[in-house]
Order: sequence, then C-alpha cells, then structure tokens
Amino acid sequence: MQAIGNWFQRLYESTGLNFSVFYDAYDWDRYLGGLKMTLFLSVTTIMLSLVIGAAGALMQGSPSRLLRLAVNIFVVVFRNTPPLVQIFFFYFGLGTMLPAVETAGMRVPLLSNVQWAIISLSLFAAAFNVEIFRSGIEAVPRTTVEAAEALGYTRFKAYIHIVLPLAIRVCLPALNNNLVNLLKTTTLAYAIAVPETLYAVKQIWSESQNVFEMMVVLLATYGILVGVLVWLMHRWERAMRIPGYAR
Amino acid sequence: MKTAEPVHRLAVLLPYRLAPTRMSVRISPLSAAILCFCAVMAASTAWAQTAPTMLSPLQVIVKWSPLLLRGFAFNILISLLAMLLGTVAGLGLGLALLSQYRLLATASWFVTQFFRNAPWLVLLFFVMFLVPFQITMFNTTVPLPDWIKATVGFALPVMANVAEVVRGAVRSVPSTQWEAAESLSFTRRQTMWLIMLPQCIKRMLPPWMNIYALVAMATVLASIVGVSEMLTLTAQVHAAEGGRPELFAPLYGFALLCFFLYCYPINLWTARLERRFRVR
Repeated sequence: MQAIGNWFQRLYESTGLNFSVFYDAYDWDRYLGGLKMTLFLSVTTIMLSLVIGAAGALMQGSPSRLLRLAVNIFVVVFRNTPPLVQIFFFYFGLGTMLPAVETAGMRVPLLSNVQWAIISLSLFAAAFNVEIFRSGIEAVPRTTVEAAEALGYTRFKAYIHIVLPLAIRVCLPALNNNLVNLLKTTTLAYAIAVPETLYAVKQIWSESQNVFEMMVVLLATYGILVGVLVWLMHRWERAMRIPGYAR
Repeated sequence: MKTAEPVHRLAVLLPYRLAPTRMSVRISPLSAAILCFCAVMAASTAWAQTAPTMLSPLQVIVKWSPLLLRGFAFNILISLLAMLLGTVAGLGLGLALLSQYRLLATASWFVTQFFRNAPWLVLLFFVMFLVPFQITMFNTTVPLPDWIKATVGFALPVMANVAEVVRGAVRSVPSTQWEAAESLSFTRRQTMWLIMLPQCIKRMLPPWMNIYALVAMATVLASIVGVSEMLTLTAQVHAAEGGRPELFAPLYGFALLCFFLYCYPINLWTARLERRFRVR
C-alpha cells in the first residue's frame, strides 16, 4: 500500500500527474466514502426497483381495470420524464411538504437526501422493470399457468413460484441492460448533494486542482463498476439457465 | 368450418419481445395536459383561499411560462444539435466497427464501449472541464460558450449508441446480400453505401428515435454544469417568487409536464414504427 502511494508521489514529482487519491490519506478516504455511497445507492435501488417492478408486473395482469390503469400511468409517466427532474420534484417538491421531525433538538426533514435519491431512482428504474417483467411474463405459455391453476395454486402463488422464475430467465438480458443504466443514473444523486463518487471526486479536484487526473480515476471507477455488474449478471444468467429450455 | 385453434399447445417459452406499454384507457397528450391543468387549478384554488395576497402556484406558472418555455425550447435545440452531431459521428464510428481492418475495428470498439458505459453526467463533466472555453486557431479566437460544450458532451454518448445501432442493423442484414453484391462486382464501399445502409434505415429508425428521447431527457443535466436551460430557469423563478417551499412541486411539476408532452408522443410513434417495421 505504502509502495503504491510512493510510486504515485514520485509520478507527481517527475511528470506533474497528480493522482492525489492514491497517496493522500484524506483524499483517499473521501474517494472511498463516495465509492461506498455509490455502491450503497446502486444495491438498494437495484433491489427496490426489482421488487417494485415485479409487483407492478403482477398488478398489470390483475383483473382490476383500475389497478392496471394505475400501473400503466406510473410506467408511462416515469419513462417519459427526465430522471433529474423527478429527483428534484421528489426532493424539493414533496420533501418540503412532509412534516419535519425533531431529533436531538434540531428540526430535520422526515426523509434525507439519500433516502429521496433512493426512492426516486428506484421508481424510475422500476418503471422500466415493469415493462421488462411483463414482456417476460407474456413469454410464459398460458398452458403452464393453467397447469398451475389445475394443481390448486392461487394467482399470487402461481406468479411467485412458477411464472416469475421462468419470466426472469427470459428477460435477463433486457434486465441486465436496465440495471447497468440504473448504476449510471445514480450519478444524478449528485444534484441533491448525496456524497457519492462523482460528488467526492469533484470535491477532491476542486481542492487539489487535478481535474484531468481525477477525471481519469472517475471514468475508470465507473468502467470497473459497470464491468463488475455485467460480469455478475452474466454469471447469474448462466447459473439460471435451464438446459434445453428457451432458445 | 373455422375452429379456434389453440396457438401454443406445448409448454414452450414464447420468443421474448419487449413490447411497449399499451394503455388500456388511452390518455392522449391533450387530455393529459387538461388533466394536469385541472389538478394544478384545484391545488391553486385551495391555496387562494388561505392567502389571497400572494400569487397562487398556478398564477406563478402562468406569469413565468414564457420564460420557462423559452428555456424548454433551448433544451430541445441542444438535444437536436447533439443528436445531429452524434448521428454523424456515430455513423462513422459504426462503419469503423464493421471495418475489415482489425486494428481500426478494435480501436473503435474500445471507443464505443468507453462512451457507452460512462454515465452521461460524468461525460458532461468530462467535456465541460477539459475543453477550453475558447480555441485560438490561425490567430482567430473562437469562443466556446457553455451550451456548445454541453451539446458536445451529450453528442459523445449519442455517438457511441448510434454506432452500436448501425453495427447491429448492418449485422442483421442477411449475409446473402453481401454475397449477391460481391457477385455483381460491387466493391465493399459500394455495397455498404448503396445496398446495406439503405436497407438498414428502416431498422435503425426506431432505436434511433429511442436514443433521441433519451437525449431530450438528458439535456436537463446541463443545468448542473451551469447552462441556463429550463431547470436552471425554474430554480431562478422559484427564487424570484420569494423561495416559498410550496412552489417547488408545481414548478418542477410544470417541467415534468413539458418533457412528458414532448417525449411521450415520440415514444408512441417509435412503438408504432417498431410494430410496422418488425423483422419477421
């Protein structure tokens, strides 16, 4: 660890390329904090958006017309408006309307900026997931659902145990794409001062005056994060494959 | 006698096809606008009863709408320019991806992956901070205003996405076309420009329009780096009206509505084209 720091220090002295994150403990801590926040945001929003997406897809197939209409409006609205404006709308618009709570003698908003970022990003990605899951569900043959019904499954149980596992396998490539997009969209949380990677890196380059070097670090970070996510999803895809089924 | 034959007898997974949401009750853009207008109206009448002296949220929006809509038009201008730049560059990059020269194809593959996998906002920062604010060439100084740099920043991811679309479309043309062209002694360049690309335009149009909708929605990111487009103006209008917290929701709601009214018809049209051009 020390050797890496020394190497980058020498690089700075000899070439003027100031990768301060790698030898300055303070900058490194800040960068690591940002990375942790990005990972936290990504994992929570991916999980939440999957759950909301699956629930939405279930509701879209429900007999109630009102429920279907509500889900469709949700999908259409969230897909066709900019995610940044959605975040602002939630954080500023709805955040200021909620009552504040008293904590240790200070009035703080009910939901913090991190929580609002998670909520709005999850809803944004969930709108896409609903469509992806629905298309997967449509690919599951009607006869399979009927067989489940014949075996006495309720609608909900058949959905959880039979339809969804098959649908997920079919729509994984599309889902993969959307989750990569979601990971990239977490940078928007920067706009409401969530200290994620972009925010931390911007702070570092404003203080250390090394915009170019930090930009390289930033792009490399997101490249690696996206690469890891894609690799994980491909592994999952392979692990879930049913031999001889589908394509 | 015609009998209703079951389409799929066996439990075989059907081909996966991402179909756009069809609204069971269609909301046309116009009626959506009217609905939103009514909602804002209802909200503002509730407000008017409590404090008659201050402007209601609706009045604020009406008062400032010329300015805000001008900001929105600026967003659209940026998106159109970025799309133009990105499409031209993306076409070149896409053809480079298909090139026979291994080195060129590999290099352009790396460029494509790089710009496709970086977040839009990071690329925007990349261009904003690393491109100088003016360029001096042959003793003439060309200033580069913020919004032009932002346009370039949006054009980069567009370029990579368009390149992928071009590559996918050309790859999807049956290889017999290549062989037929070869047997008619077309050169590779002639085959590409006279035979492949004209056939591909139909396939490329729906994904290309999808990319455009994405760019149109991404232009608001320019407000983060200080271009005075709609979202920046919205924040300024909010400050000008005394920064009342209850104004946030209607003002940002108005921005959402503008983008929705612009992007939803594009989306519907894309879906229609997709259905019509579906490769069977």
